[in-house]
Amino acid sequence: MNSKEYIASGILELYVAGALSEKENEEVYAMMQKYPEVMQEVLSIEAAIVQLTAATSATDTTGIFDVIQTELNLSDDTSRETTIVPIQKPRSIFRYTGWAAAVILGISLIYSVLKTSDLQSELEVVQSEKEALKEQIYKANNDLTAATKLLSVLRTKDIISVPLGGQAVSPTSYAKVYWDKKANQVYLDLQGLPDPPAGKVYQVWSLTLNPLTPTSLGVIEGFSSDKDKVFDVTNTNESEAFGITLEPAGGSESPTLEQLYTLGVVASNP
Amino acid sequence: MELEKLIEKFQQKDVKAFESLYTMYNDSIFGVIYTIVKNEDIATEILQDVFVKAWNKADSYNAGKGRFFTWLLNIARNAAIDKTRSKSFKNAQQNLDVDFFVHSIETNDSLDEKTNAIGLKKYVSKLAEKCKKIIDFIYFKGYTQKETSEALEIPLGTIKTRNRNCINELRKMLEV
Repeated sequence: MNSKEYIASGILELYVAGALSEKENEEVYAMMQKYPEVMQEVLSIEAAIVQLTAATSATDTTGIFDVIQTELNLSDDTSRETTIVPIQKPRSIFRYTGWAAAVILGISLIYSVLKTSDLQSELEVVQSEKEALKEQIYKANNDLTAATKLLSVLRTKDIISVPLGGQAVSPTSYAKVYWDKKANQVYLDLQGLPDPPAGKVYQVWSLTLNPLTPTSLGVIEGFSSDKDKVFDVTNTNESEAFGITLEPAGGSESPTLEQLYTLGVVASNP
Repeated sequence: MELEKLIEKFQQKDVKAFESLYTMYNDSIFGVIYTIVKNEDIATEILQDVFVKAWNKADSYNAGKGRFFTWLLNIARNAAIDKTRSKSFKNAQQNLDVDFFVHSIETNDSLDEKTNAIGLKKYVSKLAEKCKKIIDFIYFKGYTQKETSEALEIPLGTIKTRNRNCINELRKMLEV
């Protein structure tokens, strides 16, 4: 996937929100290091979200920093006075036993610090293993929910299903339209379309046949990066047919008929 | 100073860097907490806890795992959501309207001193219902894609593009 498609997929907006899995976060980070334009996009999105969220605060909390500083015992004042305690010269025999005790104490302190950090790193390993397992379950759940959701849409009673067949420019292409007329919603299953070449997008059209009038339902953004290739668009038209054409990025005013990939007629109502 | 440097200094327990980061994000973090708990005193308390926690756990932040702002956002949302589940909070009234953040921005008088205030107010007032919901879930409540897809009853695959379209409008207005 090139950086443009990556940006258009909307993954960076979710990255800033913290809505991605740990693995996805690492992928985004790698893309940011590789492509400056991806990095720039993340910074812009972040700036927008910082401003949007900041606008919901009607309270001036600047002064709270002092409270936090006090709570943490932090002070800007680095020049603390050192108190000097006079040391009396110990008697020689006590001096050596004193040193010995200090060395023993020191060793045992070091030992216990090492032991603790050992345990801590073990704990961290276990915790990150736990996270990884959670991630796997989450991922599996995600896939399952997507499939269930799809199925429930397709099973709705009032849905009109329209198969779109491949046309001259791409005879092997196919697509399916599921039209929920009541909700003015169209779900498109575009698994049977090839990835559009760079700089091109698919555009979806609603058609009335007599006379032939196309109305754009929108362009499909982020086609290549979408895994299940199911998209939804709004359709308030009295469509008699649906078509999908390949258009320059951003879409066209009217369909380029030489680039008509798939077409299908709505079965007339009983 | 560059953000990366500032974060690095913060991790080395530099109080000045800590204060700079606080000044950058305190409004955003407070806003998100307030949107969840809907009570100013409680939100202020949680804001303190969040930054105390951030200072104490500074070592655990790692740029490879996400943005610093996102890290703070996560701490804040978790703390705020924990609070809403606590016993003391259950007594306070809780309304669950999804466009609470819209309401906060529209009625925010202290915004007027800041730039983009008019634009932001206009943006949220024109915001499509589906954008209000998706922004509330993803940025303020910290829902995952899956949770958002379930709550809005739209296919998982459309969350990303729909959210991007909503945020694009915001960026156009803010010119970022």
